[in-house]
Amino acid sequence: MKHDTPPSLLSRLSLAISTFFSILGDGQFALRVQALRSGEPRTEPPAPAAAPAPVRTPPVRMSEATPDGALQLLGLLQREARFIDFVQEEVSAYPDADVGAAARLVHEGCRKVLRENFTLAPVRGEAEGSRVSLPVGFDAAAVRVTGNVVGQPPFTGSLTHRGWQVVELRLPKLAPGHELKIVAPAEVEL
Amino acid sequence: MSAPRFSIGIDLGTTHCALSYIDLAGSDGEQVTQDVLPIPQLTAPGSLEARGLLPSFIYLPHADELAPGDLALPWTAELDHAVGEMARSRGAGTPIRLVSSAKSWLCHAGVDRRAAILPNDAPPEVTRVSPLEASLRYLSHLRAAWEYAQPQAPFAEQEVVVTIPASFDPAARELTAEAARAAGCAQLILLEEPQAALYSWIQQSAGAWRKAVRPGDIILVVDVGGGTSDFSLIAVVETAGNLELHRVAVGEHILLGGDNMDLALAYAVAGKLAAQGTRLDAWQLRTLTHACRSAKETLLAKADVESVPLVIASRGSKLIGGSIRSELTRAELTATLLDGFFPAAAIGDRPQGRGRAGLTQLGLPYAQDAAITRHLAAFLARQRTATDDLAGFSAQLPDGATFLHPTAVLFNGGVFKSELLAERTLATINAWLSSEQAAPARRLAGADLDLAVARGAAYYGYVRRGQGVRIRGGTARSYYVAVESAMPAVPGLQPPVQALCLAPFGMEEGSEAALSTQEFGLVVGEQVRFRFFGSSVRRLDQVGTLLEEWAPEELQELDEIHTTLPSEGRAPGAVVRVRLHARVTEAGTLELEALPHDGAERWKVEFDVRGAAAE
Repeated sequence: MKHDTPPSLLSRLSLAISTFFSILGDGQFALRVQALRSGEPRTEPPAPAAAPAPVRTPPVRMSEATPDGALQLLGLLQREARFIDFVQEEVSAYPDADVGAAARLVHEGCRKVLRENFTLAPVRGEAEGSRVSLPVGFDAAAVRVTGNVVGQPPFTGSLTHRGWQVVELRLPKLAPGHELKIVAPAEVEL
Repeated sequence: MSAPRFSIGIDLGTTHCALSYIDLAGSDGEQVTQDVLPIPQLTAPGSLEARGLLPSFIYLPHADELAPGDLALPWTAELDHAVGEMARSRGAGTPIRLVSSAKSWLCHAGVDRRAAILPNDAPPEVTRVSPLEASLRYLSHLRAAWEYAQPQAPFAEQEVVVTIPASFDPAARELTAEAARAAGCAQLILLEEPQAALYSWIQQSAGAWRKAVRPGDIILVVDVGGGTSDFSLIAVVETAGNLELHRVAVGEHILLGGDNMDLALAYAVAGKLAAQGTRLDAWQLRTLTHACRSAKETLLAKADVESVPLVIASRGSKLIGGSIRSELTRAELTATLLDGFFPAAAIGDRPQGRGRAGLTQLGLPYAQDAAITRHLAAFLARQRTATDDLAGFSAQLPDGATFLHPTAVLFNGGVFKSELLAERTLATINAWLSSEQAAPARRLAGADLDLAVARGAAYYGYVRRGQGVRIRGGTARSYYVAVESAMPAVPGLQPPVQALCLAPFGMEEGSEAALSTQEFGLVVGEQVRFRFFGSSVRRLDQVGTLLEEWAPEELQELDEIHTTLPSEGRAPGAVVRVRLHARVTEAGTLELEALPHDGAERWKVEFDVRGAAAE
């Protein structure tokens, strides 16, 4: 903003009074007014190491996962693998053989859901147990280091899990207005 | 109309459909640019997925059964039925609203195939569809999927090849062509499925097929799909230094396929459970059939597995408590599948009961003998002389041979994903060959069993345009019309019938048979019907050949044919002398016409598809 027109008398009165009190109360401010009045150029002293007021970082907006994908996957797992039925059932009452038999069904169905809707690939191509080296600037989201985490990369360690990544996702498309919260409709035989 | 950009091959299967296409401009010689169309389809209400195969099922839901929009497809929200995976899974719970095996009904001479008769066991309030309409709906879905994926290349402007079983009779071929035209195929060609399988094998070999076969080879194509078994024989001939392929014979229509095998296994396990006191309801039996299919695949794929556990899930939410457990053992699999469907039959064995017997029954005429190897033995024996009139083959078969000796075998159809079943079939054929001191047949490997037919069909559309080898063959039967012989009527005795040849064996597409010299008197304004016959073995009969008698194996009675002469310009009731004339269209269908003695008119003679044979 440019101040081409001088401020009004009332504004100047208000400025004079507030400046008067600021000079009395703020040594640094007084120093700057002195420099202004004597017309000398003045370099600002460097800001003190410990800033008097902490710098406010903008808050991280955590993104909210859209529920549609989760509901859809849950519906698929129930439809193909009876996943909810299996997990919601109290297993302690049944012998292992019965649980195992049901687990086969769930396993087969879950596999089908994974196979049809996701293309999965290991994050690391090396065999588990082999020595791997992580260069400077390795992707911390794709590789998690554990154990003796000290010093600087490159790190060398043993691959305990190859990791999984979804290469391709192809969930079914949905008709507009399709109710996803019904992950398994009730069935009534007529 | 612009020139087609693509050759589209459609496998219109009994249990699955598939569509493959070739970019004509992007292909040259034996190097082709080919893809399989992922077909968007409902997999659950309101849930759309694209799959390579479209299950050939239609579900006709109750008006209140689904929420609004549950049947919407990307290209239409107007449908009142579902086609594909959702139809199959939904129909498993409500079979009275499920249309399945429409293709088998399409060639079932005992029913009216234009009448709304499917589902066969639907209650009166369900709006049924005709076998023709069902085929039309599958094709329409494929067309819409195509135009959704390729909006720049309208379906009607592409070259479309639709496959049919080699054993389809002229009426079933005509109905398939009619459905395809109604679905918008303007440039339609029909192709026999075993030929399509061989085309796919040729295409996949990228030229190497010329080294894999040699002149004098007789290739047996054994195609066992979900619902039908189909055999063809293709001879390799050398003409002026080039290899040529001649399809010399096709088998009878056998309603027997992989679905029957899964069902047979399920019944075997259900019987075992019943002996333990567990009775299964219809829903559980269907679940068991699915379980048996995957158990079968495991046992057939892994020779060291002795048994596979089966679990029939409860219908309620108590999964662990309510499920029924059983197992499928290798012994059961061997007894049911290998000994039931692929027994090590002798070449002299014949199927028990004829495949087409019992045309009057209302259900589908399933093969009465499940043994595919016995059907194969009958086919090879019946076609013993198939190559006799082919140059270079006459001296090949030794004297006293009881069947035509194939030298190579190509398997097709999902059933042969099992190495064990393919090996058993090949071993059986080779045992027959060695019993007549012939060399064992080689196996032509490398076909994609699920998609070969669609891929081969698209490839055929491409080679028709002048690139690559074509299988020659023409019609696989000669056709006859019944003529009552002029002998004095004997009371109580049917006048003997003679068969007049109208169309010789091996008529190529776009060719015409000679005009028959025999004249028939047709009454103007009245429908006249003729009995109609086909023969897959009488190769030498020419138009006008009159058969006084024939062996029951030689001629097969087909649906009647009929024509009605319009009364325009003629007095009703007048008798017009006509001659009958056959031609094979470019699309591959047989057409019969009646030509008057004294005019230039042509009246179409229709195949009867209304099941008169049942009456």
